[in-house]
Amino acid sequence: MMEITPAHYTVLSAALFTIGVIGVLVRRNIIIIFMAIELMLNAVNINLVAQARQVENLVGQVFVVFVIAVAAAEAAVGLGIILAFYRNKETVNIDEMNVMRW
Amino acid sequence: MAETIAFYTLSVLILGLAVLVVTVKNAVHSVVALVMSFLCVAALYVVLEAEFLAVIQILVYAGGIVVLYLFVVMLVNLDRSPEEHEDPRRLSIFGLCLAGAMLLEVAGIVVYSYNRSASTVTAPAAASPVQGNTQELGWLLYTDYLIPFELASVLLLVAMVGAIVLAKRDL
Repeated sequence: MMEITPAHYTVLSAALFTIGVIGVLVRRNIIIIFMAIELMLNAVNINLVAQARQVENLVGQVFVVFVIAVAAAEAAVGLGIILAFYRNKETVNIDEMNVMRW
Repeated sequence: MAETIAFYTLSVLILGLAVLVVTVKNAVHSVVALVMSFLCVAALYVVLEAEFLAVIQILVYAGGIVVLYLFVVMLVNLDRSPEEHEDPRRLSIFGLCLAGAMLLEVAGIVVYSYNRSASTVTAPAAASPVQGNTQELGWLLYTDYLIPFELASVLLLVAMVGAIVLAKRDL
């Protein structure tokens, strides 16, 4: 068994981020798309923490705190928008969400 | 050795649960997979010696955000699955190809950066007078990063007001 290096964490982070991108691009339920966005934010956080340990500097972890704060704000506002939209259009399918399409 | 075992176990769990999140049909099952994935990420933070972030991850993500998602899934209870109606102009295969291209790009960046000679590691910031992960993080947040910290609180206030305005039927 080889030693775990920051490269391992980067690969894990890249794979998780790609799964999130696939979810955003392929799924049509907007709630699932929001969850995929959370997965991508988590991938970024893993990368930040791993690199912060590599350079023995806690600034990376401080950034993760900010990312989590922004993720919480994004989830609250985004889900509020979903609810407001659902009340008007009775759908969570992004293919039917085209009221602002040019 | 222990780190190796923990890393591989948690990686498999995180990636498997993430795949479940984006593939499962039922949105509630998706949320459950998401909360398990968040808990595994929290365990990974413990492996990475970021204990404070592990606790924050459990409190904010697994405790707060996921409950929010569950509420929305419950309120938006659809008889008709959103996946049934398909836009003929939608290009899912193209989207998958784009995601594959992005994975290749990220892999290229990883390979490139680890083939280069080790970049000069910046000296750690001025040694903080405290010990322990949580205390050092708090020290940084309240000294060097005080203004971003306050801005984050303003952002959260704005998000709170915005969510209330959006959720209210009529002001």
